[in-house]
Amino acid sequence: MTTPARAPSATQTLRLLCGFAKTRQPASWSEHLAEHGPLPSGRRRRGGDPRLLELVDKSGLTGRGGAGFPTGRKLRTVAGSGRAAVVVANGMEGEPAAQKDALLLAVAPHLVLDGIELAARAVDANHAYVAVHRGSPASAVLRAAVAVRPEPPMPVTIAELPAHYVASEESALVHWLNGGAAKPTFVPPRPFERGVGGRATLVNNVETLAHLALIARHGSEWFRQVGDVGEPGTMLVTICGAVRHPGVVEVATGTAVGEVLRLAGGASAALQAVLVGGYFGTWMDAELALSLPLTQAGLRAVGGALGAGILIALPDSACGIAETAHVLGYLAGQSANQCGPCVNGLPAIAGALTDLARGSWSPARRGDLDRWLGLVPGRGACRHPDGAVRLAVSALQVFAADVHRHEASRPCAGALVPPALPVGAPVSGSWR
Amino acid sequence: MRLRVNPIACAAHGLCAELFPEWIQLDEWGYPIVDDEPIPPHLQVHARRAVAQCPTLALVAEKA
Ligand code: SF4
Ligand code: SF4
Repeated sequence: MTTPARAPSATQTLRLLCGFAKTRQPASWSEHLAEHGPLPSGRRRRGGDPRLLELVDKSGLTGRGGAGFPTGRKLRTVAGSGRAAVVVANGMEGEPAAQKDALLLAVAPHLVLDGIELAARAVDANHAYVAVHRGSPASAVLRAAVAVRPEPPMPVTIAELPAHYVASEESALVHWLNGGAAKPTFVPPRPFERGVGGRATLVNNVETLAHLALIARHGSEWFRQVGDVGEPGTMLVTICGAVRHPGVVEVATGTAVGEVLRLAGGASAALQAVLVGGYFGTWMDAELALSLPLTQAGLRAVGGALGAGILIALPDSACGIAETAHVLGYLAGQSANQCGPCVNGLPAIAGALTDLARGSWSPARRGDLDRWLGLVPGRGACRHPDGAVRLAVSALQVFAADVHRHEASRPCAGALVPPALPVGAPVSGSWR
Repeated sequence: MRLRVNPIACAAHGLCAELFPEWIQLDEWGYPIVDDEPIPPHLQVHARRAVAQCPTLALVAEKA
């Protein structure tokens, strides 16, 4: 998407982005220090830094990459491995609609690098990597930032991976860093058990690490002053689709979806649904969605998922089934081509949804679709097929009235216009 | 004991379903659907045979 980030407004809570999002230029080292102050000093010690670990536990920070796992617990598992660990900052942002990590890296590279140093200190890591897409603007920004910073206590390597959708999955990152293809591997062992070079490896989203950089400076109490009690702090949200100013905003966790859309200038058309959580999330009826809080727990309670903080507003004029068929086709093409149920199941599901969108349908076809939707989840090496199926299932529920109409072989007008949801250009070629 | 399939290694030979049909069925593409309940002791011998016979070592037995 080419729309610039929205200018911060009074109701955003700008901790990570500060004023920098306005310019879209990286905060320089001196600007970074002027804004946030120096990084609290510390050094590496065996078994990690107990004070930092406790601070992160108390802060209640949760992962901002999709799963929402408590960061403190993750750090402790890696810190307790008994050997020097490895830290990987995940800035891969595989979803075509997502922009928040790209924006964060573009404007606040030093905050992310601070977070990496702190995480490495916390878990006693002697090497850290930042994983970004090969040739992305982020890699140049990060290189320039690393060059002007004081020598870190452990080497920080900018790793440029091929931009395949599933390459951002943590076992894929580790496999690539170990010299293999950027494809998910069969787990266990998970990266925190045996990762890069066989060592315990902490893989954290770049936004999570940027929060860590602020927690280390201002404390856990400060961090908890904003946002939801169970999942405190601020979060970056990418908003696209039928809103006036698509882009990225920073809000307190727990902010209602409707409020976030308002920060993006409000809906630009009457909305029928919102895709909450991006392509691993779920469609929600617009009326229900607007009042939902942006927390993992709040969304799970209604069968949703926060994912990597993506909201896509679908106007009344679009066909939710055709849009979903389009995305499923994209996701089917983005598998790592490794696991039978994913490789066979996703194209089958995408094909059935496309037929449904076109109105070429039969009860037998519905039987096939329902069977495949039950057959595929949980049977791949990674969660790619699970996410795709969740999206498809939610479409059949939320757009049930349209499904009935299409099943009667009467596709709506929206099915005949080009789909609006963004899918990335297909990445072909090397997985190395 | 439970059974799990490594879906990356599995090449849909289908042998496992033949050897242990009580626990393993094949989907329409020939890939195994494995019951993830713990396997009762009297059936474990079949599970072990299926694991041992999988040509790609894709079928794994896990404790508990
Ligand atoms: S489940 Fe799909 S995307 Fe994941 S590793 Fe297997 S083939 Fe690749
Ligand atoms: S025998 Fe092995 S390769 Fe064949 S279907 Fe079973 S698990 Fe897959």
